Amino acid sequence: MIVDQKPVMLTVAEKTVHTAVYTTLFFDFAIDFRPGQFVMVWLPGIDEKPYSLSYHSPTRFGITIEAKGLFSRRAADLSPGDFVGIRGPFGNGFDIISSPHTAVVAGGCGMAPLAPLVERLHPDLFFVHGARTREFILFPDRFAANRHITTDDGSLGHKGMVTDLLAAEIRRRADQGAPPFDRVYACGPEVMMHAVFTLCDAHGIPCQVSLERYMRCGFGVCGACVCSDQVVCKDGPVFDSKQLKKMPDFNRTALLKSGHAVPLSEYVSWRCL
Amino acid sequence: MDNITFLGKQLKNPLVLASGILGNNAKILERVHKAGCGLVTLKSIGPAPRDGHRNPTVIDLGGGMINAVGLPTPGYDHMDAEWQALADRDFPVNASIYGGSVAEFVKVAQFVSDQGPDFIEINISCPNSDHHGMLFGVDEKAAFAVTNAVKKVISVPLIAKLTPAAPDIGKIAKVCEDAGADAICAINTAGPGMVIDIEARTPVLAFKKGGLSGPMIKPVAVRCVYDIYRAVSIPIIGLGGVTTGEDAVEMFMAGATLVGMGSAVRYRGIHVFDLVYRELTDWLAAHHFTRDDIIGAAHNPIAGPDSTAKKSRKTP
Repeated sequence: MIVDQKPVMLTVAEKTVHTAVYTTLFFDFAIDFRPGQFVMVWLPGIDEKPYSLSYHSPTRFGITIEAKGLFSRRAADLSPGDFVGIRGPFGNGFDIISSPHTAVVAGGCGMAPLAPLVERLHPDLFFVHGARTREFILFPDRFAANRHITTDDGSLGHKGMVTDLLAAEIRRRADQGAPPFDRVYACGPEVMMHAVFTLCDAHGIPCQVSLERYMRCGFGVCGACVCSDQVVCKDGPVFDSKQLKKMPDFNRTALLKSGHAVPLSEYVSWRCL
Repeated sequence: MDNITFLGKQLKNPLVLASGILGNNAKILERVHKAGCGLVTLKSIGPAPRDGHRNPTVIDLGGGMINAVGLPTPGYDHMDAEWQALADRDFPVNASIYGGSVAEFVKVAQFVSDQGPDFIEINISCPNSDHHGMLFGVDEKAAFAVTNAVKKVISVPLIAKLTPAAPDIGKIAKVCEDAGADAICAINTAGPGMVIDIEARTPVLAFKKGGLSGPMIKPVAVRCVYDIYRAVSIPIIGLGGVTTGEDAVEMFMAGATLVGMGSAVRYRGIHVFDLVYRELTDWLAAHHFTRDDIIGAAHNPIAGPDSTAKKSRKTP
């Protein structure tokens, strides 16, 4: 069924409250999907925002909301039976390679788009997940794969950054003559993804990251989400190392709603309002 | 057809990127140029920072799109980095501007002209803001006043972009020509229209109404270009629903000198410019025509493509 044109109104089939900040809404609707793709979620009278799919099966999909602004709090307050407008899926997803030598690096709610990817990857993957505190670790019990946790405050797992563990594993593999990573997938704060990209690049490991920008159309015409010469909604949101190298705006500049180009830190604080 | 001259500037081909599509930074404009577009247009620049409307702002309806983005702009004096990036460009740029009054148009035009775009296009035709745009494009006196005032303060050719909402678009075009416009761009989005979601019982766009674009408005655009061609002697950028080389031929025959595309990016990707250029060139070759042969050809079909409806037209 085509849903990438005007929104289709779907009812919330089920709702899972994970923590005080994370909620998942499930919809019983078949949607053609690759991990990393997103849908535009419309709450009539409020706004419409992009959300990556965090769950997907042939008959059901889910989006996970971090309640932090007006829109996300309203979305998290919805109940089963409530209507939500959905357009999509849009964008390019991750390239999936089935190999035991892949790594996945998630930061905060960057776990959401990576979750359906992890479920399709080889179970022996190296999996790192970082967050501010233990309360921000999304889907703590969801995966069979062994997950290495890091928190900024040390309240769970390693105290420090995801790149500490990724760097240590890259080194260990080299020291022990083990095969290097075929690919590293990452999603999280852009500064974290840039650190992962830089680390991978130094070791010649291809990586794919999922970028976030303010979006309007979702299908590559309005230009609101451009990052250098790439249209994040259509050319991305997943970009590989080769593309990232040609995108000077990666981890540097993003456009506000007005189209004003600002340093990434200013954009991030605006988006978190 | 390579390297045509338009208002004294060299363009690699007669295809134009419509304002409001992908025109947010110099890098993406460069990519559109490399993808086969002869003249790229910046997203409309306004007098003060403006966020535009809440989402949904742009919806694809299948045969076209409806949008009410609402003229977001950093504001003409908050674009230093962009102007700097554009200063080193090796491709021509059309700068679209808007204002809420003649004085605002003049203020923006003067500043933008100093940044060295190849053309300035006045957007007197946007339907998606309560206080900007279309008012100037449906009233002859207002259209004359704004065109005349802007023309006096800029040092690059002036293009007036018109709305199909004008009761007589030919008259508005003539008024703009009399006021000093060097070319007409037609058309901006049609309508405004409205799409209501029957489950949600509410208009889908946050602004409720929005401009229509894409294939569904092509007949309106062709009619407007046809009317304008009969009313003025200055060149016309024909725009509205063009997605294929044959659409471009139709627009040339209505009287366009250049042909623009916007929504076509949705339907065929950024490379739509390469695709349409190739289709256009192939069609002309197959019919043993040049572009000059077909411009305005529909105005005198019986006499054949060599004759035009009017005896003397300024060389574009």
